[in-house]
Parts: sequence; structure tokens; C-alpha cells
Amino acid sequence: MKITRSMVLVSSDPLSLQRGSLEIYRRFQEKLESYQLAEEVALSTITDVGNTEASPVVVIYPEAVIYGPVQPENVDRLVSEHLYKGHIVEEMLVPKRHLPSRMAWLQSRKGSLPAQQRILLARVGKIDPENIEDYILHDGYQALAKALSKMTPQQVIEEISKSGLQGRGGAGFPTGRKWSFVASAPGNKRYVICNADESEPGTFKDRVLLESDPHAILEAMIIAGYAIHAQEGYIYIRGEYELSQKRFLKAIEQAHEYGFLGKNILGSNFDFEVHLHSGAGAYVCGEETALIESIEGKRGEPRSRPPYPTTHGLWGQPTLVNNVETLANVPPILLHGAEWYRRFGTPSSPGTKVFTILGNVNATGVIEAPMGITLREVINIYAQGMKNGAAFKLAQTGGSSGSLIPASLQDTPLDFDSPRKAGVSLGSGALLICDDNTCVVDLVKVLLRFFRFESCGKCTPCRIGTQRCYETIRAITEGGGQLSDLDGLLRLAEQMERLSNCGLGQTAAVPIRDMLKHFRTEVEAHIRLGICPTGICRMVPEDETAELIENQMV
Amino acid sequence: MPLINSPQDLRRVREETLQKRLLQNQASRIQIIVSMDTPAIAAGARETMQAILEFIEEEKLNHILVKKTGNLGFDSWKPIVQVVINSQSPVTYRKVSPTVARRIMEEHVVGGKVVQEHAIHF
Repeated sequence: MKITRSMVLVSSDPLSLQRGSLEIYRRFQEKLESYQLAEEVALSTITDVGNTEASPVVVIYPEAVIYGPVQPENVDRLVSEHLYKGHIVEEMLVPKRHLPSRMAWLQSRKGSLPAQQRILLARVGKIDPENIEDYILHDGYQALAKALSKMTPQQVIEEISKSGLQGRGGAGFPTGRKWSFVASAPGNKRYVICNADESEPGTFKDRVLLESDPHAILEAMIIAGYAIHAQEGYIYIRGEYELSQKRFLKAIEQAHEYGFLGKNILGSNFDFEVHLHSGAGAYVCGEETALIESIEGKRGEPRSRPPYPTTHGLWGQPTLVNNVETLANVPPILLHGAEWYRRFGTPSSPGTKVFTILGNVNATGVIEAPMGITLREVINIYAQGMKNGAAFKLAQTGGSSGSLIPASLQDTPLDFDSPRKAGVSLGSGALLICDDNTCVVDLVKVLLRFFRFESCGKCTPCRIGTQRCYETIRAITEGGGQLSDLDGLLRLAEQMERLSNCGLGQTAAVPIRDMLKHFRTEVEAHIRLGICPTGICRMVPEDETAELIENQMV
Repeated sequence: MPLINSPQDLRRVREETLQKRLLQNQASRIQIIVSMDTPAIAAGARETMQAILEFIEEEKLNHILVKKTGNLGFDSWKPIVQVVINSQSPVTYRKVSPTVARRIMEEHVVGGKVVQEHAIHF
């Protein structure tokens, strides 16, 4: 099986072509062949570097270095020094001031390649998840012992703050700050909740962590409890994750037996209990206030905020709600220190991120990559390229509530900061990769059908908005759309984004906005010409009931 | 009374477990690790595990330790099986159906020859 080790991209925008980038491309082909590197180095062109004085530029992944201006006679040196020997040719790098901001970002990135940098998945695949001895052998519960015996709760929170850890559920809120809010909130009892209601379609990073390394999450919950002075914790695992629930219950049982849960943990006078709560299949219960309502035994509907759960959460007490992946970062940070953790990722988003890859690529599954990796690397190096050599069209991030990333933005680093600048969001870390046989209108229709079905119905903008958006887009796919619909859709999307009570309605608007921003021509082709450019939409009215029954959605 | 009551206890338990593991590894020359998480089970990891255990039973092989673990690589490769012989670097196999599992047992575990067409090279 062929695995690409690195990737060379030669710029081919009009300016670069004028300055002879085709010749550079040809030279690279020759040289890679003569150094016998053609098998492991992928060569491709990049059209969207933006205008730079340094063109033509050559980008080499995974180091993400940008050389320029490159002359055809420099190619030999780049191949022999960088690709063959692995040294970066410092004097040929583009000075940062010559680069457009998007590319400059790339150069400030730290850390480079695959599997060597596993922090969260370090034990995944190495230990038996149902055996606590395996976990203890692989540094298990060492962070807890360190926290309980050598650190005060305040110091634990400071260490987490210093590490710059951000919430991995999608919003990217600084974890250390959240912990200190809860620790300083007035109340007689405090709670830790681990949000494992991973209901975003296509996201399964939490399942991998819970099934392959449940003790790590348990350890992190105990540490969080110690830091915020809580005595009780809940983990809310979605109902479909039977195996996760089984393994987590077993972990709780073993932890009791070994004395990591219960009274006077490790002789430190700190008591902690963890309860497992199973979800029942509602998407909205992944929203933290709806999740709290659900644990309290009520209907899973989001609360009005403020007050936030940090002051008025479970049973009206200060509550810390963290995602599984966020918590999984905690033991390594405490064990190795914040400085160590900051070595990974980008300055604004340190650490690594677990991504789930799915769609039209050769390898699907879960990967761990440093923050700031680009979509191009994910597709070509980790996922081993597009299936059947098709062209990459768009990626959809973060389950259904993320945004659409068109091919022109595939060199944007994936961290919490830079996608936001480019107007896309990272979401929960699912990457649905679509090739050019995907119709974007059809994709958005499917997403909106999901939102319409999952809207809890508490607030009007979301309940009515998702329904109306779905109807309009469905009309477009059935040949009944009008150009005025598009403005209506944008208006509706904006209203949903501003007025909805919780994240569900707010993010339902994102795919619509992105579709009209990046793929407007394709949408207009449906309306103006009455055809679907990819041939996916049938352009005739369809009976929806049969489809719904087939998908078991009624 | 729980087993561990102080950080010193934790260190002691860890040492003891390490010793136990070393003995276990000496006793069993060959380790077979099967990935058992939801996607793997859906792809048929239980049947693969069954086939491996049956083979060991039939051939009356000794010194083989069959373990399960969680996620072990890309989901599109599952079921995944890892073979470790004499604590050397593991050989990972992808798409191991019960038939392939028997072949791996015959050719690699007994015969000592890696089944190349199913091996993953990292």
C-alpha cells in the first residue's frame, strides 16, 4: 500500500504561470523521478496562494514551509536538501512580510507529522480498555496522584489555564477560565458533568476515547472534581453507545475497587463519586443546558441563559460541563506540565485535536493531529487521497453544525482561531470530505432535514425556521425554486442565527450561509437552468413520506 | 478497604503489575491483539476472535496470549489484528475475516511468514 510521506505544491496562479511555474513543476517531476522519490512524494499545484511578490512559490508539507521566489534552477537543491536529506533550506524561505495572511499563518505553525504526537490517543490501541492494570502500567492515575498529593485545587486550575486548553466540543471556550468560574461560584454543592452525548452525525471521537481508554476520562473527571471542590460527577453518554456505557461502568467499578473513587481518595480527604446517565437519542441534549435538564429527569429542552451552568447548573448549583475530548487532555497536561503541552499546535490553540474523517476518501476513521494542520494534509497524507482519484470539492466540518469549507480554503490551518478568521468553524472535529460528484444543494437539504427533525420546538425561530429553510431548499432540488428564494433564505438564516435560543438553531443557519457564499453559481444553476450540474437532484417533485419511512425518521 | 490508599501504594501496585506482566510475557511467546470497538465489532471482529480461539484450540497451541484492545487504526481497515512474536515490533493486519485469520494463524503464527497482502506498513 502506498503512503505519501510529503507533498510538494507549486503555485499556478496567473502571476506564477507568467513567471514560469510550469517549468518548475516539470523540473520537480524529473528530479523526484531521478532521486526515486516519486512514490512517496506527491506533486500537485496550488492556485490560491494569493498575490505575493514571492511568486512562484513552492509549499512543502508536512513541514508547511513556503519557498519563494523559486527559479527552475533551484529545484534540484530543494529536492536534494529538503526532500532527500530532510533539511529545510533556510535562505530560500519566503520572508513573512511577503506572504498574504492566510499563508503566513501556515508558517508560524509548530510541530509536523502523524502518529508520533499522540497525546489523547496515546494509550488507544495499546491497552485492554476493560483492564485497570493495563491503564496503571501506562501512566494511569499518575496525574491524579500528583494533583492530590502535590497540588492545591487552585494550582490545578492555574496549570490548565497556562496550558491554553480550549473546549473541544466546538465553541473553543478556554477550559481553565471555565473551571475557575465554577470554583469561585457560590453554592453548597458543585457538580462535574462530562458531556458524552456525541450526537453530531459523523463525529465519533468521544466513542473512540470511551471505548478504548475509559479510565483516562474517569481520571480527568476526578481531577476536575478536586479542582472545583465537587463531590459528585455525572457522565452523560448517548443511548446508542452501549459498548461505551458498558466499558465506562466497568471502569467505575474497578476504580472503586482500587480506591480512585469513593471516600478519602489516595489518603487526601477528598471524596468523589461518578454516576452514569444514559441519553435517549435527542440531538439537542448535547447542548449543555438541555443535557442538565435531561439529567434532572425533565424534557431535554435548553434553558434560557444567563444564568449560565457555571453558576446555576445541575439542581441549580454551580456545574462544570466539559466535553470528553477536553477532559482527555487534562491528565497529560498535569503529568507533563503546561509548557510541554504548549509545544504542540499553534500559539492561539495549543495541543492536538482528534479528527474523524469520513466521505469520499481512501481511509476513513479517527486521527489525532496537531492543531493547525491543514485540510490538504488531512486528505492527502492521513486519509490517503480521494477515492478513485476524484477531485476534492468541499469538506463539511463538525458534524452537521459546522461549516462548508470549499476547495479554495483547504490551506487554512484547522485550529480554533484561523478558521474563524476565514469565516468557517471547526466544530466538533468531524471532516466529511466530498468529491465533485456531490451536489451541494442536496447536501444542505440532508443537513436541514436533520435539523428540522431534531429541533426541540421550544423557540419559534428554530422550530419554524428549520422547517421553512428545508422546504425552500427542497423546492430548489425539485426544480421549483426561484431566485428570490435565495434572498429569503439568507434573511431567514440571519434571523435564526440571531434569535434562536441555543446552538441548534444558530448553527442550522451556517450551512445555508456557506452554501450561498461559496457555491452560489451551483445553486443558481438549479434555479435558472433547471438542471443539477452533478446530476444528483432529480429536479422533479418527490414523495417525501416514502423516503422518511425508509430512513425511519417518522 | 480499597487496594490503593496513597500515592506510594499506586507506585507499588504499578511495580507489581509490571513484574506480573514480565512473567506473563515470558510465558507466552506470542501475543495476538484484536481491535474490539464498535466499528470493528460491526465489521466482524467477534467472528475473527472466535476463529483465532478455535484455531488455537484445534491445533493445541501453547504460549499464545489473545488480548483485546480498543481502536487500532482506520475504521475502513477493520477488523484489525496485531501479531507480536517474541516482543518484536508488531505486525498489523487489516480486513481480517475469519478465513484470513486462519491463514494468518497458519502462515505467520505457526509458519513465521508474514501474510503480506493484508499487512499494514506504517
